[in-house]
Amino acid sequence: MLPGFPEAAPLQGLIGGVLIGLAAALMLLGAGRIAGVSGILARGTALAGGSMARTSAWGFLVGLPLGALAIRFGTDWEPAVFASWPVLVVAGLLVGFGTRMGSGCTSGHGVCGVSRLSQRSIVATTAFMAAGIATVFIMSLVGA
Amino acid sequence: MTLVRRLLPPLASGFLFGMGLTVSGMTDPQRVRGFLDVFGDWDPTLAFVMGGAVLVMAIAWRIQTRMAKPVFGERFSLPDRTDLDPRLLTGATVFGIGWGVAGLCPGPAVASLALSPVHAIPFVAAMLAGMLLQKITMERRVTS
Repeated sequence: MLPGFPEAAPLQGLIGGVLIGLAAALMLLGAGRIAGVSGILARGTALAGGSMARTSAWGFLVGLPLGALAIRFGTDWEPAVFASWPVLVVAGLLVGFGTRMGSGCTSGHGVCGVSRLSQRSIVATTAFMAAGIATVFIMSLVGA
Repeated sequence: MTLVRRLLPPLASGFLFGMGLTVSGMTDPQRVRGFLDVFGDWDPTLAFVMGGAVLVMAIAWRIQTRMAKPVFGERFSLPDRTDLDPRLLTGATVFGIGWGVAGLCPGPAVASLALSPVHAIPFVAAMLAGMLLQKITMERRVTS
């Protein structure tokens, strides 16, 4: 689909991106909030305070896998390959700790903050992208 | 009525979000790690996802500035910090390392609870533990 990148799926990426943008726009213009998954997850599980109603947090957290299932059964979806359990656990700990410490993840900072031209979100997005790129590079060097 | 207003907009937002993540292949950790593998076999799909989402949200932010209150809520409740602090940078970096290790960030992880529960459950459990750990260490620093 994309010259030079046989694995890339630019059209599916763009369609999915627009859907994610519409989801975040609905949260912003409908509920007056940022669609940041790490923050909403922390709010739903009472790991964070804040003014968001826990009913609202759980609405979002239940909708997310339901939307995924709609695509799962509506298209020719293929199961993904994941890392081993110990690797998933280590990565999960880092993602949980880091997103709370840095006040956001790919959705809150990367989509909602960057589109608002928030200086904090642009810095955070640059940092987690750079750290992710460095991590994948180092892991490929050591053959992990 | 209040329950419906609190529940439905976030539920619909989460549903669209989950659809977008799955359509674009972002629930596939290999595709996400492929994007971070800029020095190897780079897969630019994630850039199209971010581009589409940021484009829609940039328009939403312009609409938001002309609204007195959200459609289904009493007031906007949005981040207003503009300062850059070490916590933001450190947190985003820790998150980025975890993201690079497993190819999962919070949104796709929650969506994967329905798609690939065997792998998503340990990751999400560890992520919540990481969030709890961050909360405990932060409270200790505040009180000491």
